[in-house]
Amino acid sequence: MTSATASTPGTPDTFLRGLWRDNPVLVQVLGMCPTLAVTNTVINSVVMGLATTFVLVASAVLVSATRKLIPKQVRIASYILIIATFVTMADYVIQAISLEVHKALGAFISLIVVNCIILGRAEAFSSKNTIGRSVTDALGMGFGFTGALLALGVIRELLGSGSLAGVDVMGPSFEPWVVMVLPAGAFFVLGAILMAFNWLRARPS
Amino acid sequence: MAEPEPSSESPAAGSQGTTAVRMVVVMGSVGLFAAIALVATYMLTLPRIQANRAAFLAKSITEVLPGAGRYQAFVADGQGGIAPAPEGSDGGRIFAGYDAADSLVGLAVEAQGQGYADILRLLYGFDVECRCVVGLKVLESKETPGLGNKIESDPGFTANFERLQVRADPDVLALELVKNGQKTEPYQVEGITGATVSSRAVTDILTRSTTALLPLLEANLDQLRHPPEG
Repeated sequence: MTSATASTPGTPDTFLRGLWRDNPVLVQVLGMCPTLAVTNTVINSVVMGLATTFVLVASAVLVSATRKLIPKQVRIASYILIIATFVTMADYVIQAISLEVHKALGAFISLIVVNCIILGRAEAFSSKNTIGRSVTDALGMGFGFTGALLALGVIRELLGSGSLAGVDVMGPSFEPWVVMVLPAGAFFVLGAILMAFNWLRARPS
Repeated sequence: MAEPEPSSESPAAGSQGTTAVRMVVVMGSVGLFAAIALVATYMLTLPRIQANRAAFLAKSITEVLPGAGRYQAFVADGQGGIAPAPEGSDGGRIFAGYDAADSLVGLAVEAQGQGYADILRLLYGFDVECRCVVGLKVLESKETPGLGNKIESDPGFTANFERLQVRADPDVLALELVKNGQKTEPYQVEGITGATVSSRAVTDILTRSTTALLPLLEANLDQLRHPPEG
């Protein structure tokens, strides 16, 4: 166990991959459940994104630090236990910060446990890389996830409720598009964003 | 994604027992870490969470009972009487609100039941003398956004509960749900078009709760008016 777990934070590419090139929502199309379910307001999107980022980073540290101790046969069970612990911690902290946000997110906080982005990164990256590189990768993926959720949240809240982060911006004469805060609106907006994102990426640079 | 390489540390034949022991030790350690981390987080956040819950409840009570400067919680004692609610009790409480001169302003009652999605928890204001529901606040709801959750925001629906008289006749239901625009009697609740199930859920919860509580409250009104010092 003497080999280097020293922090080599990885290249900028380690970070940018999750943020843009391999964005968990827009490229890998993972974590669809929270993406579609809780992006009806900006606040919900940000809290869900940050909670997921916290779980990603914390579990990346622990999975990477113990990667040579955990026998292969029980690694998935160990990772899930580690992830579930951090999710429950995030759940308590959100309740302590704001009961109303916790109510709005409902069951989706606890369901971060089964978000495949987290187990995916633990298995594919943290279990094979140093702590520094794992944290960089987790931050990239986390912020990429938060950014994608925020993009949906901004569009859906603006059109569905006429407000941003609870502040009315469209004025009293605006008639909200109710479909935008309903699940169907999430599919419409996600589809449009995916189309725009793929068009951007496919463009010859 | 490339298959992970087989670990260079894979046990040599014959060390099967060692591996099993190691698996148990590792899982045990991870479990121990999880337990410690969770207990610590729980203990650190508990005071804040309880304060948040209490603040939300207090805010809801003030909304349902405007003018109440302080309130006291009671529960049914199961023998036709009421008793001060024990510390930390949750659900089924009756809050008696008092003004600065210590006279009873009104009652706020917790009630819950099945909604369209999950349990709906309500707090309603109740005027015993007129047998009226005089305010409604949704404490907890997972009703469909844009449809069922209009029970909290639809002005036509919330107006039902500004003064809704319950029928005390045991042969008929205390309240009745009617379609939007068809309310003619003081005990009728006008439903929301497109959210019939949620409207019915609210009406049913109130019907059950008021039917059960009305005799209890009428019998114990004096005790509520002159509460034990507290």
